[in-house]
Amino acid sequence: MSSAHHDDSLTRTHAAHGEPLVWLSAMGLALGMLMVVGLLGVIVSHGIPVFWPSPVLEVTLKPGAKNPVPGGGNTLTGTLVQQRSKRAPVLDADGHRQADQTEYQLFVGNKDAYGVNFAFVDGADVEKIEEPKDIYVIERMEYGIAFGFPERITLADGRTVAASDPGFADALAEFVAEASRRRNEIGTIEKRDIGRINASLNNLKLKGRGSEESKIEIAALDERYNKLAAEARALRAVQQSATLTYKVPNGKERSLAAGDIIGYYQANRLGFFQKAGLFLHNIWSFLSQDPREANTEGGVFPAIFGTFVMTMLMSIAVMPFGVIAAIYLREYAKQGFFVRAVRIAVNNLAGVPSIVFGVFGLGFFVYFVGGSVDQLLFSDYLPTPTFGTGGILWAALTLALMTVPVVIVATEEAVAAVPRGMKEGSLACGASKWQTIQRIVLPASLPGILTGLVLAMARGAGEVAPLMLVGVVKLAPSLPIDGEFPFLHLERKFMHLGFHIYDLGFQSPDSEAAKPMVFATTLLLIILVVLLNLTAILIRERLRKKYSTGAF
Amino acid sequence: MNEPAPGKPDYIKIQDFSFHYGSKQALFDIRMDIPEREVTAFIGPSGCGKSTLLRNLNRMNDLIEDTRSEGDIFVNGQSIYDPHIEVISLRKRIGMVFQKSNPFPKSIYENIVYPLRVAGQNSRAVLDETVERSLKGAALWDEAKDRLHESALSMSGGQMQRLCIARAIANRPEILLMDEPCSALDPIATVKVEELIHELKKEFTIVIVTHNMQQATRCSDKTGFFYLGKLIEFSDTQKIFSNPAKKQTEDYITGRFG
Ligand SMILES: Nc1ncnc2c1ncn2[C@@H]1O[C@H](COP(=O)(O)OP(=O)(O)OP(=O)(O)O)[C@@H](O)[C@H]1O
Ligand SMILES: [Mg+2]
Repeated sequence: MSSAHHDDSLTRTHAAHGEPLVWLSAMGLALGMLMVVGLLGVIVSHGIPVFWPSPVLEVTLKPGAKNPVPGGGNTLTGTLVQQRSKRAPVLDADGHRQADQTEYQLFVGNKDAYGVNFAFVDGADVEKIEEPKDIYVIERMEYGIAFGFPERITLADGRTVAASDPGFADALAEFVAEASRRRNEIGTIEKRDIGRINASLNNLKLKGRGSEESKIEIAALDERYNKLAAEARALRAVQQSATLTYKVPNGKERSLAAGDIIGYYQANRLGFFQKAGLFLHNIWSFLSQDPREANTEGGVFPAIFGTFVMTMLMSIAVMPFGVIAAIYLREYAKQGFFVRAVRIAVNNLAGVPSIVFGVFGLGFFVYFVGGSVDQLLFSDYLPTPTFGTGGILWAALTLALMTVPVVIVATEEAVAAVPRGMKEGSLACGASKWQTIQRIVLPASLPGILTGLVLAMARGAGEVAPLMLVGVVKLAPSLPIDGEFPFLHLERKFMHLGFHIYDLGFQSPDSEAAKPMVFATTLLLIILVVLLNLTAILIRERLRKKYSTGAF
Repeated sequence: MNEPAPGKPDYIKIQDFSFHYGSKQALFDIRMDIPEREVTAFIGPSGCGKSTLLRNLNRMNDLIEDTRSEGDIFVNGQSIYDPHIEVISLRKRIGMVFQKSNPFPKSIYENIVYPLRVAGQNSRAVLDETVERSLKGAALWDEAKDRLHESALSMSGGQMQRLCIARAIANRPEILLMDEPCSALDPIATVKVEELIHELKKEFTIVIVTHNMQQATRCSDKTGFFYLGKLIEFSDTQKIFSNPAKKQTEDYITGRFG
């Protein structure tokens, strides 16, 4: 704001009291920066390596090792999660403390075979650590990663290709590609085609009310449905009957249906560029795929999309509301006790715990407004609620309510910073007050208003607690925007990155396995918020160049 | 006390006008008749109320809270404080150039056509014609004609002031109020503005506030001298500067004033 003025007083105090104050404020800044950098550092350093393929180790234990080996035997195969030094718990016979020991945590995968994902190994028990060249890393639809040595593939028609065949590598690649092609096909049939039929069926059943034509149409749709379902069934059968047989490291043979294979690679044979390619591929699947395995595997696309759509809806709701309120407070309301009281109330609203907004949103938006909307417009579907339950619209409105003070305060300041002479100039030209606001005041204060919006978006996108009451879910069956009429489904429940982090970290059955995902998701949420802010800041900078009068 | 020149009827009549900012009275019983299509100058020491009176002529002081006025002002026979009169339509008839130039953060073109736009005029031909006429009128055409769509804020201070003059005359007002229009201008630009005033007075009734005695002598027909919120003397410029009736006026114009 009046930075010239501030600088002035600062230099004066500086001159009067010497350095300490400057040092103090510099220290405060440094501390703040340090905390931000530290936090970002932890998140980035944990979030990025998740996508980098790590080598698979084979750890051979000395006979008589204490820790149990998953699956038996005396070798462990997996990737190193962490290596830490452990305080020796007991004193030895002479009363001396034993030397500290190294402990390895290995991700051994093969959860279906071993029942666990992780194993701990004492450094003292390790005989040797090798990197077996032939080991495959197989990503599966279920049970996460498998480590193993392929034996043969069995095609749906019964033909087999053994791993020792020279053409095995190509055959396996073809096999997996076929499987994923079929999976896409099944997805298209089940999600899109059958989804559409179901939607029309529902409509007919509700609207047609048993008339003759509707019965005929329903019959036709049923027939198409059956045909598509049969197609999907046939494809699924192929997915099941084609299998990959592989040996888990401790010798047992297992077979995996083609439909369950997502991808594979030979971790210890990868060159740098192959690793880099895989890294990018992993990031892309993380960003673009649906979650699997109670969200601990797969991607977070629905959560990204949900967060984005919700934030956009919130901005659309909060902008006009906040700006109009601020314009009224600053330009129209008679300044006095009442307006001061309102202003204080608005400021305090920003400090109300967000969960309180969640409760309010649930009571007011969901039950009261949503319930009434259902009574009026969707009574056909009752007692199943349409709007009378949490949904993306109510979540966006709740957050809009929560962030409106930010926009009001920023807008008021921006409007107040528009030079008086400019408003007078406009009025002297014969403009009405509203024309002046619309043509002069608002454009000139737009950069400041956008600053408010940036802050509101940053707060809204990262908020979780109120969302849990008004519409966020662990796993949403469909996205809030899709190809189905009316395209934007305001009543749908949605997934959200912030909630996803909470769910992964604290609600998942295997939180150790979910840890990498937690970091990756956190990193993503931060990047998303930064991107949203950057866009707004860029727009603001462009506007500021255009209207270089505002004080922001 | 001052006979209007023949054929030039009084256009603005100020009758016993007093004005208060809160508890502070800024104008005391001002009474003056400003003739049509002549230049009337307000002079006087700083803080004597020149701007206040000028701003009252288009009711600009309405915007300031907690102000009060007594007496009346007539423009072309009609009271501007008449509750039936629309302030907006009054202001459309009166152009104003402020003491501090205040271009809008828009293009040069949009600045000039602003009075037309708010009046609902959007015809391209009319707007183009207005821009050219006004810029020529404000002696800015040659400098601005190639950059009409650049931001007005990229102009120099003197150009901005002339732009504000162009804006004030864009909608062909009947009256032009100028509050120290040359205080931010160099001598060359000042001469241009003075020439402009000569030009404009053929069409408009002009009231100008100035601290520059030479300027008042050069370009005004009548001069009013204000002191501490009171109109001390008001008559033909020539008479004021050659043979002032009041001692205070003489002290001021000869520079013997505190
Ligand atoms: N907005 C305001 N609120 C309160 N008092 C004001 C306001 N504007 C002007 N005044 C007071 O009214 C008196 C007349 O001010 P005005 O601006 O008319 O002086 P002026 O003759 O134009 O002076 P200058 O030559 O310095 O521009 C001054 O004493 C000033 O303090
Ligand atoms: Mg003044």
